[in-house]
Amino acid sequence: MNRPLRVVVVYPDLLGTYGDGGNGVVLARRAAWHGIPAELIEARSDAPLPSGDLYTLGGGEDGPQVQATESLADDGTLSRAVGDGAVVFAVCAGYQIVGTTFPAADGSPVPGLGLLDVATVKGGASRAVGEIVVDAHLGSVGQLTGFENHGGVTALGGGVRPLGTVRVGVGNGDHTDGAFSGRVVGTYLHGPALARNPALADLLLSWATGHDDLAPLDDHREQALRAERLKAAFTKVPSLRRRR
Amino acid sequence: MTPRTRAAVLATASLNVLSRRLGRGSGTVAGGRLGLAIAPNLLEVLGSARCTAVVTGTNGKTTTTRLLAAALEVGGSPVVTNATGSNMPAGHVAALVGGPRDAAAVLEVDEGYLPAIVRSLGPRVIVLLNLSRDQLDRSNEVRMVAARWRGTLATASGTVVANADDPLVVFGAQSANSVVWVAGGMRWRSDATGCPACGGRLSFTEHSWSCACGFVRPTPDVEVDEDPDGTTTAVFADGRRLPVVLALPGSFNRRNAVLAAAAAEVLGVPAGAALSAMGHIEGVAGRFSLQTVGGVATRLLLAKNPAGWEELLFLVAPGTAPVVVAINARIADGRDPSWLWDVPFERLGGRPIVATGERSADLSVRLHYAGVEHERVPHPVEAVALASRLGSGSEEPDPVEFIGNYTAFHDLLRATAAS
Repeated sequence: MNRPLRVVVVYPDLLGTYGDGGNGVVLARRAAWHGIPAELIEARSDAPLPSGDLYTLGGGEDGPQVQATESLADDGTLSRAVGDGAVVFAVCAGYQIVGTTFPAADGSPVPGLGLLDVATVKGGASRAVGEIVVDAHLGSVGQLTGFENHGGVTALGGGVRPLGTVRVGVGNGDHTDGAFSGRVVGTYLHGPALARNPALADLLLSWATGHDDLAPLDDHREQALRAERLKAAFTKVPSLRRRR
Repeated sequence: MTPRTRAAVLATASLNVLSRRLGRGSGTVAGGRLGLAIAPNLLEVLGSARCTAVVTGTNGKTTTTRLLAAALEVGGSPVVTNATGSNMPAGHVAALVGGPRDAAAVLEVDEGYLPAIVRSLGPRVIVLLNLSRDQLDRSNEVRMVAARWRGTLATASGTVVANADDPLVVFGAQSANSVVWVAGGMRWRSDATGCPACGGRLSFTEHSWSCACGFVRPTPDVEVDEDPDGTTTAVFADGRRLPVVLALPGSFNRRNAVLAAAAAEVLGVPAGAALSAMGHIEGVAGRFSLQTVGGVATRLLLAKNPAGWEELLFLVAPGTAPVVVAINARIADGRDPSWLWDVPFERLGGRPIVATGERSADLSVRLHYAGVEHERVPHPVEAVALASRLGSGSEEPDPVEFIGNYTAFHDLLRATAAS
C-alpha cells in the first residue's frame, strides 16, 4: 500500500456508548507498531462517511442505533466499501446494524444494512450482562475475552458462520457468538473488544493490508489482562443475566 | 406524628447510634431502611415541617450539597444534610431523623430517585447539575433519566436551579414552573449529541447549543465569567458581579458553587454571603483533600465516569507531579471498565504515572495505547510510594495526585485514616 491505512471509526457520536472508539485506536496503533502507516478517522454522523480500509462500528442506545442505520443506508459508502473489499469490525449495536434486521425500542423490526446474514430480535425480560468467553472459529485467533451487555437474540442465516462458540456468557443466544462473512465481522463482545484480543486485531489488520506475516508485538500488558479476565470468567459464578 | 411514625423515627435513630457504636459505619442506610419498613410514609412526615433543598446530577452532587449546606448555615440556624453521600431514601430518612424537625435540609439525591424524593419531600429548591453516562451496565440510559425528571418537575411546586449548558438537564428542567438557569459549564459533550426533545442532532458552538427543532440553550439568569488563570465571577441578571473564590480546586467546583449560590438566594440567603461561606470548604468527604499516604503527601481526587475524569485530567494537567490512577470495577463502580477508552488519558503523557487498583491491567493496556509510559502496581498504597520515588527529582515535590474511581478512592481514604 502506498498510502496510509485508513481506519474509520463510524459515527462515534451515535455509536460510542462503551468506549467503543477504543477498537479504532487499537487498530491504528498496532498498525503503526507493525510499521504500517495508519490514519485514524473519527467519522461523525453529520458528514459523509469517508472512504476507508477498515471500519469499526460500536454500541449505541436504541434511538441512536436506528439513526445511525438510516444515515449509513442513505450514505451508501459503507456498503460500497465492503463490496470493494474493506474490512468491517462491528460490536454490539453495530453488529445488529450490519445484519438484516434488528428491533427498535418498541420491538418493531428495523431493516439493517444487510452486510451480514443475521437477524436480531428482542430477547426476554433480562439482558445479557457480564464477562463473555468465546472460542473463535477464525484463523488462529483462539480464545476471545470480552464483556457483553445487550438484550438481543441473533439468528444466523445461511450466508454467515458464527465467530465462535460461547464458553462463558450468552452471545447470540444459541451458544454461539457473532458472525463473519468475507471481511465483515460482528460480535457481542462490546466496547473496546480488540484491547483484550490483539490476535483478532492483527487478523483484521492483515486482511486490510494484505500482510499475512505481521511480526509479533510486545503484548505482555494485553496478555496479563487476558489471563486475568479469563480466570475471572471461568472461576467465579458469573451473574450473567439480570432483571431490568 | 402517628405512633407508627414515632416508632419509625425512634428505631432509625437507635439503629444509627448502635451502628456507629459498633463501628459498622455511620449507620445511615441501615437505620433509614428500618424506619421506612416500619412507616413507608416516613419521608413525607419528616419533610412536612421543614424547608428542603435537593441536589442531583451525575457529578458533583456531594460537593455541591456540602457547599449549599454551608451557605444556608450562614443565618446560624441548624441545617441537616446527608453528608456521607447516602443519597437514596434510606439515607435521607437517616439524615432527617438526625436533626431538629424544623431544621432546613440540604439533601444529595441519586439521579434516579429524584422523582420519588420530589414527590415525598416537596423541596423548595431543586438543583440540577449535569447528566452523563455513569455505570451503564446497571443504570438507565441517561436520556430516560432526563425524561423522568421532566415528567416529575412539570408538577413540582419548588424552584428549579439548573445548568443551562447541559442539554439533558435543560430538557429535564424546562417543564418546571419556575427555573433559574445558570451557565454551569459542560466539558463532556459525548452524551448530548442527540437532541433530547426531537431525537435529531444538536449543534454546539463554544458557549451554546441548539437544535433545528427549536430546542436551544436557555439564556442564563446567572452567567459565569472565567479567566484563563481561573479567576471566576458570577454575573447575575440584575448586574451584580460576585467573585467566586473557593478553597476547592477546579472550574467545575466553582461553577457548581454558582448553582449553589443561586439556590441559596431562592431560600433567602444573598448569593454574596453564600459564596463567602462556601469559600472555606476544603475537602468534602475526602475529595480534594491533602492526605499523607504511607508518609507521602497526596491529593485525593475522585472521578466516577468519563465526564468526571475529563474534568480532573484538565485540573491536574498544568502540573508535573506524579499521578496515580486507580481503577476498580466492583458493583458500585460498574462491573465493566470499558469506559476507560472514553477518557483522554493521552493528556497524562510526560510525567510519572502509576496505574493501580483491582483493574489496573485494563488501565495499563489503555495507557499503553494512549502512548503514556507508566508503571503498574496493583496495591494503591505501594503505588503512591512508587509515584513519590519517581517524582523525587525536586527539593520540595508537589503532592502526588491520586485519582481513583469510586471504590478505589474510598479504599485509599480508609487506608489513610487507618495509618
